Amino acid sequence: MNFNIEINNKTVEAVQGETILDTLKRNGVKVPTLCHLKGMLPTGACRICIVENETTGKLIPSCSQPVETGMKILTHSPRVNESRKTIIELLLSNHPDDCLYCVRNKNCELQDLAETYQVRERRIRGKKNKHHLDLSGTSIVRDPAKCILCERCVRVCDEVMGVSAIEILYRGSNSVVGTAFNKGLNTSSCINCGQCIMVCPTGALSEKSHFPELIEALKDKKKKVVVQYAPSITVSLAEEFNMKPGEDINGLLNAALRKIGFDNVFDTTFTADLTIMEESAELIQRITENKNLPLITSCCPGWVKYAEEFADDFIPNISSCKSPQQMMGAVIKSYFAQQINTKPEEIYSVSIMPCTAKKFEMQRVEMNRNGINDVDAVLTTREISKLFKLFGIDIKSLEPETADSPMGIRSTAGKLFANTGGVMEAALRTAHFKLTGKELVNFKIPQVRGLDGIKEAKMTIAGIEVGVAVVSGLANAQKLLQEIRNGRKDLHFIEIMACPGGCISGGGQPINSDESILRSRIKAIYAIDHRESIKVSHKNPEIIEIYQNFLEKPLSHKSHELLHTHYEKRDVLK
Amino acid sequence: MDLIQNIDTIIEKYPKSERPNLIPLLQDLQEHQGFLSEEAMVKVGKHLAVPVSNIYGVATFYNQFKFEPSGKYHIKVCRGTACHVLGSSTVLVELEKQLKIKAGSTSRDKMFSLEVVACIGACGLAPVISVNDTFHAKVSAASIKEIIESYKNM
Repeated sequence: MNFNIEINNKTVEAVQGETILDTLKRNGVKVPTLCHLKGMLPTGACRICIVENETTGKLIPSCSQPVETGMKILTHSPRVNESRKTIIELLLSNHPDDCLYCVRNKNCELQDLAETYQVRERRIRGKKNKHHLDLSGTSIVRDPAKCILCERCVRVCDEVMGVSAIEILYRGSNSVVGTAFNKGLNTSSCINCGQCIMVCPTGALSEKSHFPELIEALKDKKKKVVVQYAPSITVSLAEEFNMKPGEDINGLLNAALRKIGFDNVFDTTFTADLTIMEESAELIQRITENKNLPLITSCCPGWVKYAEEFADDFIPNISSCKSPQQMMGAVIKSYFAQQINTKPEEIYSVSIMPCTAKKFEMQRVEMNRNGINDVDAVLTTREISKLFKLFGIDIKSLEPETADSPMGIRSTAGKLFANTGGVMEAALRTAHFKLTGKELVNFKIPQVRGLDGIKEAKMTIAGIEVGVAVVSGLANAQKLLQEIRNGRKDLHFIEIMACPGGCISGGGQPINSDESILRSRIKAIYAIDHRESIKVSHKNPEIIEIYQNFLEKPLSHKSHELLHTHYEKRDVLK
Repeated sequence: MDLIQNIDTIIEKYPKSERPNLIPLLQDLQEHQGFLSEEAMVKVGKHLAVPVSNIYGVATFYNQFKFEPSGKYHIKVCRGTACHVLGSSTVLVELEKQLKIKAGSTSRDKMFSLEVVACIGACGLAPVISVNDTFHAKVSAASIKEIIESYKNM
């Protein structure tokens, strides 16, 4: 049912049941929000979205108050503006004054609000809580002193990821976001996905930087510093340099990385192709032997840790393939090291990832052979943009370059890894060819594309009806896994990505990625797939070469030694 | 070992996966154990299918829950209005100084624990403290020392 209400003396149509904020948004009226998270139930915790209802004379939070007939809303009356300013001043009253030193300087919602409402002095002085930095995690740093208790991180961790590693502890002025027993993040069930960082309005959550180690390595003349970048980076990095969201700057990225001083630049998409070769072989093997089905992907380190903690009954189902990052690390320090006659320990291997969990993955004990790590440092998309700025690189002025061989050529199938459903689509393209000897008509599998949390498809390949599912957002994974526990048997292959939407919305991507930005990144990836000619991993000439010269065949002894791993049940506070 | 079994017996009384029972269960545990141990909270989480971070969040929200065992002598300091007017804040400071612990904790030798309460309901005796169930009326910073000494020598 629709009815009219008045907003700023203008009559507009409101829909029964929606909140005032919904109506305002639809009519293009902007009010500030802090605790509000799109698509989730309102909490009304921060009150910054208050508006004045002239009919009742009351100030009401627009995010949680439903519209009512006869409402006369003022969104920016002097009273509203003053109240909002007071709320900001109260938030600032116990906030550290160290913006200049803060990781979120110039990219902070609290700072922006203080600027918009022209807070120019500290009118209210509050007792500052003494909170310790939590540096215990491998990927995420928590600084509760900067927290404004909007609870967005708590809700994302619980409702989207189904992890609940963090919660509001204590009460009133002592409230703080913390883990179980307020111990370090490393004791909690945190899966390092970094979605909490993506929703944090301030600098209370940030990634653990690998900057200092990298700078040291670049200074070291004896070290060969090589770099790899994930498929999704090339379509998200542009935003950090004020270019159009979704612009593919692959060539510029290669050039910029060389300018910084990386000796070799490789494209992780190459090992995404390699993953597809190994994983599709694994899929065919399991379907033929009817063993450990459904096969579940292992590229996402957030999902893998989640499984080890919450779904260890599915560990036998998870593909033994290392993730593309770790495969690249492993082949750099073996295949590539051999080619350039360098000892693996003299190579410093860096990866640029859309992901904070990759910082955890590289430190897993399984990712270390004879005391040598596959990967030595992981930078997020945000960190690499800072590195370019630090080195004074004007990325737009560079000439595009290509990545280095023998791990520089990629198929567009590997590129699809950036999007939810991409691993599935790439794997099915290759599995189809291996099983039937023919390429998939059109190559496209539209059912696994798009931003839905759970997508399913049925395909008949070589007479076998293959059931597949694609899940992103681990709360969705929980649902699907429960269905399988309850006896569902029609699925052969499941792709699980921790972050909703896959790597294009990973916890290491630029902050403030709204849905339209995500869609442009997704579109860019599919455009590459549409445009280019090598659309399947098994046709990548460098993949064919690495098997001929080094790995022999998928699932060979050498592959197992370098490209495969195992998982173990984890005991954490959960 | 006894303690562990005890936790299990208490938890088993409550139906599985029913979150509304969280607070009654925590109260029951505290009544029998004297405090909420990490081990107990982890077990409660498993039983009720509630993340342990949420349980800790609930438990720390309420003043009634304690996270370490009380001492042999549990001291309650009244910080109600009447006691406050007659100087209970200096009494509390003196107690913390004498016992070398902060309010809400237990001394290392497990002899004393200190708790701040809103009102004991004995305003005529203000400022008042209770040690286990014995009330000490009209205490002062000076008399606190003697009271503590008397318990140490008991």
